[in-house]
Parts: sequence; structure tokens; C-alpha cells
Amino acid sequence: MTSALLQTTSAGRRRRDVGMRGVLLIGTIVALVPLFLVLFYVVKRGIGAWSVTFFTTDPTGAFLGDPGGVKSALLGTIEIVLLASLIAVPIGIGVAVYLVEYGKQSPFARVVRYFVDVLTGVPSIVFGLFIYIVLILGGGFGGFAGWKGSVALALLMLPVVTRASEVVLNTVPDTLREAALALGSPRWRIVFRVVLPTALPGLVTGALLAIARAAGETAPLLFTAFAINASNFDLGKPMNSLPLQIWNDVRQAQDRLVERAWGSAMALIVLILLLTIPARILSRRSRTA
Amino acid sequence: MASAATPVERGRPSFGRPRRARLPDEILKWVLTLLAAGILALIGFFFIRLYGEAHLAFSKFGWIGFTFDNSWDVSKSVFGALPLVVGTMITAGVALVVGVPVAVAAALYVTELCPRRLRTPLTILIDLLAAVPSIVYGLWGVFVVIPRLRSIEQWFSDTFGFLPFIGGHVAGPNYFIGGLILAIMIIPIVSAISREVIATVPTDHKEAALALGATRWEMIRMAVLPYSRAGIMGAAMLGLGRAIGETIAVTLVVGNAPEIGKHLFDQGYTLAAVIANEFGEAAATPIHRSALIAAGLVLFVLTLAVNAIARYYVVRAERTGTAAGALPGVTVTE
Repeated sequence: MTSALLQTTSAGRRRRDVGMRGVLLIGTIVALVPLFLVLFYVVKRGIGAWSVTFFTTDPTGAFLGDPGGVKSALLGTIEIVLLASLIAVPIGIGVAVYLVEYGKQSPFARVVRYFVDVLTGVPSIVFGLFIYIVLILGGGFGGFAGWKGSVALALLMLPVVTRASEVVLNTVPDTLREAALALGSPRWRIVFRVVLPTALPGLVTGALLAIARAAGETAPLLFTAFAINASNFDLGKPMNSLPLQIWNDVRQAQDRLVERAWGSAMALIVLILLLTIPARILSRRSRTA
Repeated sequence: MASAATPVERGRPSFGRPRRARLPDEILKWVLTLLAAGILALIGFFFIRLYGEAHLAFSKFGWIGFTFDNSWDVSKSVFGALPLVVGTMITAGVALVVGVPVAVAAALYVTELCPRRLRTPLTILIDLLAAVPSIVYGLWGVFVVIPRLRSIEQWFSDTFGFLPFIGGHVAGPNYFIGGLILAIMIIPIVSAISREVIATVPTDHKEAALALGATRWEMIRMAVLPYSRAGIMGAAMLGLGRAIGETIAVTLVVGNAPEIGKHLFDQGYTLAAVIANEFGEAAATPIHRSALIAAGLVLFVLTLAVNAIARYYVVRAERTGTAAGALPGVTVTE
């Protein structure tokens, strides 16, 4: 940048520049070190726990001896998160469509937008408490159940889906809507035939990221889905899940349970990456399209 | 009969679409509006039910008494949440002090300094920090961070014992470890929002600084930072909100002792941790359960306040770009 002829920057300022650039680079590296450390330890300690029986047997519940695998936890996580997505994704996208197509900048839409943001900030444990109070303490719905965990997770996902979808729907060009309107198409058809299909990749990305976030959550499940050892396909009963399995195993001072916890953590991270990576690829593709 | 009327006579042109064809439109609009209204109803209901259940604790100990009494003793059924509030503040404070500079440095590096080819991979990697579940950070904290850092913490504690809140015996799980794990967990969000805010700095400002002979760092200090300061404040506040509400990882590494620790490396408790830890046993004791729900309500209100402040800063940064603070070299204190 500076040639010998055009020496405008003093040595001190240049040293400072190099120094501060170095500091910023070190900051970036420091930010990434924990990611690699966590992944390294999860793989190192978790890989030993993985085996065929790890995925095909239920936890035995025995403190000593064979602790069993995590079949019920894996199944439970998939079932609970699937139901949560079925609740949260349509509602979340619906609210986003309202905000973009109908509410726009009206006072009511602004209030809704504000409270969606408020929901984003609510700690996940408070969602768990709320569902416990309404669905278990409130009576009428029985005790712990998988679907109650799903509802708690859905509350957590709802604002994430809505915010992501709103951003995506806003990028649908108005000229498309105007063209459809000019052809005499009613609004509902524009929503379903023009706006939603155009925004589809982005909507899927938002949904997948929300699902990935919900899959890793422990706190909302603690006093809603509870945790049991046996596999089941009945969301009306208490249901195991990977995060709760880890939570319960970590708190036991027993090597084989801790080993299972690392194995479960690895399974959980793989599951989340399987959701996150397609989401990122889709979002890249929709941006370049 | 109505169909006989021309559009003009009805006062509003409808381009001849019969009323029945407009019905799906009306239905969709109302369904979506109801969904949106449902969110407001949900939050109202949320607050009322939480308050209803917390009422028992609040009426017994009082608002102030519950929040600021330094006594949390389950066996005596005495519930003053001050140790939890203090623990929440300390761990969140450590998280901010450690996490925010790192996150902002990473954001500045990615947006202003790094080679273009590295920008996307670095962004994805930093975002991946947010993909690791809380429970996995907790697991890693318990079995890796706590044993590995213990001797370093003890050395630090012995060497810098003259500083306030430092010194004494280092407990395995403690405030500092809790804050450290939280710092890692807030880095992705603080960094992502800082990146967005920094990206709004007009290229003109940066080029003007460079044209005047500023080095890259001087350009960041004089053009980028003043312009994006409010937004970065907002990002830090959002991180604070996250740190306050984070539960599972902290519960595993903070020690869960319901007293105010004497120093940074002492065991403590946080509002979120106490709920996760004690709720299972408390379900049968109404006053204990009510106290934990009250702790949840305090936590809820605290995060609401912090997030409201954060949003104020971020929105202001996005709207006006804080152009007033952008006079070069006037305001930067870093």
C-alpha cells in the first residue's frame, strides 16, 4: 500500500494497525476454539459409546451393570419434535403471512411483531413452567405426556419460524403480486400460488433451523414430557428424549452412564447437523436464485 | 337484485366479481388475523397463569422480600431469591465481559478484514456455535472445562487474591465456569447482530477514512465503530438476555449452592438453575412450587426488560444508523 515514494503512514501508526488487526484475528480464533473443542471431545468420548446395541436397546435404568442404549430417547426426540413442528410451523408461517400480506405497518401488526419478539426472548425453562401450570397443574389433561413437551417446544419454535418467514416473505417482489392481481387473481390465490411457492426455500430454511433448535432443548421437556426408559409411540404417555437422557446421565456419578451421555450428545449433534446443513444449503441456493 | 346494480351504483367498483368468490379471501384474512391475535392472547394468558401460581409465594414473602431477601432454605420453607438473582447477575456479567469483546472482534474481522473467500466459511462456523445444544455445553463443561481449568483458576485466585472478589479456595463448579460457558453460548448471537449492524456502515464513510490516509484499524475506529456503536450495544444486551435465561448448561456447572458466593470461584446458583434443579421435588409442596414459579416470573420480567432495552438500541441503530455519533475521532473511547 505504501511505497517508498509515498510514505505517509508513520511507523507507530503502522505498528498499531498491524497490532490491532492481530487482536481482531485472535478474537476470531478465540471465538472458534470452543466449537472445535466441544466437537472434538464429543466425538472422542462419544464414538466409543456408539454401537448397534446403543441404538437398538432401551435404557435399562440400572445404576450398576449394563445401562442399555438410547433407542427410546432417539425415538422420543423424533416424535416430540415432529409434533412440535406440525404445530409451530403452520402457525408461525400463518402469522408471518398475516404480517406481510395483510397487517403490514398497521398498529395491530406492529403490536403482534413486538410480541413475537418478546416471545423470542422468553427463557426456555419459563415455557416449560407455563406448560406445566396450564396442562398438568391445570388438570383435565392427566400427568406428564410427550405431547405436552411438544407444545412447550412449539411455543419456543413459533417466534423463530415467524421471524424467519417474515423476512423471507418480504423478499418476494411486489411486482409478482401486482402481476397476479392485474390478471384478476383473488388474494388468497396469490398467497397460496404466488407468494408461498416463491418463498418456499426460505420458509423451509427457517423451519429447519427452528426444528434444529427445538431438538436440542432440554429445559422445556423437564416437567412436561418427563423421561422414562421404555420406547413408546403414544404421545399421550411420558416420553424419553435425547436431551433428557443426557441430563439424567450426567447427574449420575457412574462411568458407563457418563459414557452413554457422551454417545447421546454425539447422536444429538449429528441429528442437529442433519437439519442445519440442508437448511444452510437451501438458503444459499435461494439467495443466488 | 343486487346483481342488477352496476358497480358504480354501489359506490365501489368490484370489477364484477360475485360476492361468493370473495369469501375465501375473507376467510383467509380472518383466520390469519386470529392466529396473530392468538399470539397476544397467549402472552397475556402466559403472564396471568404464571402470576396466579406465583401468588402464594409473593403474598407470603412480599414482592420485595421474595426478590431481595438473602435466604433460600427449602427445608425451612423460607424463600428469598437474592442469592439466585445475584448469581444470575454474576454469571451473566462474566459472560458479557468475556463474550462480547470476542464476539465483536470476530464480527469486525469477518466484515472488514478477512479475505473475501474466508468470509462465508467463518460466518458459518461462528453460527455453528449456536447449533450446539445447551445440554452438550453443560456435559462438556462438567467433564472437560471444570477439571482442566481448576488448577489455573486456583493459581489465578492465589496470585491475584488482593483484587476484590478474587481469592480463596476454588470450588469445582463455580460462578466463573458458569459465566465462561455462557460467554461461549452468547458469542454467536452477539457476533451475528454485530455483523449485521457493521454491514450497514456506509461504504462512503469507510472510503473517506481510507482516502484521508487512515490505516485499516483507524478506519474501523473512526468510521465503523462510532457508526455501529448503538447496534453493538443492542447486540450485547440481547446476549445478556440470553445469558440470564440460559438454564441447562449453567445448572450443570454453577454448583447449585443457594448462598451468595464469597468470590468469583465460589459455588452459586441462578434463577433458571434453581427451577431446573428443584422443580421435580417441589411439585408436591405448594409453597416451594410457588416460589420456583415466582423465580420464573422474576426471570421472565428480567429478560423482558433487558430485551426491551436491546431492541431499542438495535432498532435505533437500524433506523438512523446513529449518524450523529459518526463524527470521526470524537467519541471513541476503546
